[in-house]
Amino acid sequence: MKGALFVAVCSVFSGAVAQDESVPSFKTLDSMEARVQGCVTCHGQSGQGTKNGYFPRIAGKPSGYLYNQLIAFREGTRRYAPMNYLVAYLPDTYLREIAEHFAKQRPAFAANESSAADAATLSRGETIARRGDAGIGLPPCMSCHGTGLTGMEPGIPGLVGLRSSYIVAQLTRWRVGERHAAEPDCMKRVATRLSETDVAAVALWLAQQTPPKDASPESSNVVRMPLACGSQR
Amino acid sequence: MGIATRIAIVAVIAILIAAGVMMAMRPGMMPRALTVPNPTTQTINRGEYLARAGDCVACHTAPDGKDFAGGRPMPTPFGNLYVPNITPDEETGMGRWTADEFYRMMHTGISRDGTLLYPAMPFASYTKVTREDSDAIYAYLMSVPPVRQKNRPHELRFPYNKRDLLIGWRALYFKEGEYVPDPIQSAEWNRGAYLVQGLGHCAMCHTAINALGGSRESQAFEGGMIPNQNWYAPSLTSNREAGLGEWSIKDISDILQVGVSNRGAVYGPMAEVVYNSLQYLSDSDVAAMAVYLKALPVGDAGPAIPSSARLVAPNVMETGRKIYEKQCAVCHGAEGLGRPPVYPPLANNQSITMLSPVNSIRTVLNGGYPPGTKKNMRPHGMPPFSHILNDDEVSAVVTYIRVAWNNTGTPVTPAQANELRKLLPE
Repeated sequence: MKGALFVAVCSVFSGAVAQDESVPSFKTLDSMEARVQGCVTCHGQSGQGTKNGYFPRIAGKPSGYLYNQLIAFREGTRRYAPMNYLVAYLPDTYLREIAEHFAKQRPAFAANESSAADAATLSRGETIARRGDAGIGLPPCMSCHGTGLTGMEPGIPGLVGLRSSYIVAQLTRWRVGERHAAEPDCMKRVATRLSETDVAAVALWLAQQTPPKDASPESSNVVRMPLACGSQR
Repeated sequence: MGIATRIAIVAVIAILIAAGVMMAMRPGMMPRALTVPNPTTQTINRGEYLARAGDCVACHTAPDGKDFAGGRPMPTPFGNLYVPNITPDEETGMGRWTADEFYRMMHTGISRDGTLLYPAMPFASYTKVTREDSDAIYAYLMSVPPVRQKNRPHELRFPYNKRDLLIGWRALYFKEGEYVPDPIQSAEWNRGAYLVQGLGHCAMCHTAINALGGSRESQAFEGGMIPNQNWYAPSLTSNREAGLGEWSIKDISDILQVGVSNRGAVYGPMAEVVYNSLQYLSDSDVAAMAVYLKALPVGDAGPAIPSSARLVAPNVMETGRKIYEKQCAVCHGAEGLGRPPVYPPLANNQSITMLSPVNSIRTVLNGGYPPGTKKNMRPHGMPPFSHILNDDEVSAVVTYIRVAWNNTGTPVTPAQANELRKLLPE
């Protein structure tokens, strides 16, 4: 445990991300590392994300969350054509294994994206993330995604290390009803309370946050969640 | 011996007998003869197997919908068809159909109410299915959970929305008749032919579809673009495409049933066929299909085609080689030999060298995973490169793999890569 923590700490501070994190490579043919090479040009060798495009970091997200997404991509209930195509004919057991593989990874975080956001925007973003907005019945992001924004077992993803373009896209899809989670869909209730400006503000602020030393998701049921979430059942 | 002792002995014997009887009656301990399924069960099981062979579920189930409840949109060049509910629901499904009506539909393409079916339903293939097999499939479909879900009307453009047109289509392209075994061929070959031509409905993709949505028997299995899917279904009669004349029976069986083989892997629409249908077929049925398919190629007239490598501009070849070494060689090998069956070889792979480069370009753009099957639950996969390589680079690397290592493919252009890229969403 101490060893793992040490490695995690070192990798966070090492800063430099391998140059070719998105080029296929593996050591052993009969390994999960080789099997997930289909993911690496977008999500990086360890799921850390890549500089290219807005592909999210998937490393260290709870395996339950990753599994739900893989199933949703396969069934077409979450729509993103390149993902729908890749996992269309993969069985549950294998998708579970892929999810567990990436959930275990703790690669270094990329440097935060530079942002030209003004102070007022960032301040509004921080308010939403830390305290929510009681006036519109909006709970804070941190009440479910964790004070370190590393997510919560088994089904709530970490937000730290995501780019603002990805967060904006996902919140927007939720607002317009294109993205769903298991009912009761708590994220739908959250996203539909956010204005477009709020979406942009919270995304910009989240993308600026430094990951905690231990980026593991919080364990479930430590805190009471403000909204009922189907993905936590 | 005292009376008490005698009673005790009798009691002990009685208990032992009772215990023995109890043991023998535990679940799983009953005599075998009693657990043989009754004829109905056997028929339904056989029907389930045959429905798998026919891949009914693939079209008759909407994404994320209930099995066989229909509703799946099927885009055609003539507009959208919506596949009907074939669960045994009395109101919205086939609950009121009889076995006779089901056979007439399979055999002639005429629905219960007398309407002519659009040939998206492969009745031109299913007509070859025997009455006995049709009855088994009927029995199975009647046994699945009924789902109340109204059929959605088709959205075909004029004049294709006029079913009377189908009379003409049928006259041109439909030949009714059950499969007639060829006495010159082996029982295995005949079984394979029955499955490939009938329930397998392989001709739906592997025979070219013309502007009228028809396919000619004289061009059977000669390959063609699959309408609206932008994949090329290679010819099964040419060893320069997907003809299997030079393949071993094991490799053919593997690619059909396992999804990967020493000669190549399935991808695109064929991955769906393996995932939903072929992986469930018995080893002997798959082998029979392999025997029939191997015997299909009519031979390719003309001398062997030389590599076109010398026709490719040196700078294109060099760009392609560099990309290949950086991105592809780790799995497919510096000499294109792959790590079969895990990573397919690209050298001497018909899927790479065939005339149409569509599938190779798409695979570089989209990547892909072979289907996870009972015999290959955890397939290795290939990542997409559409966001990493531009059109010049895609065409260079595809050109490279099509002409390197004495491959007999032809160069591709950036415009071809661009056209397929534009078809890919996002």
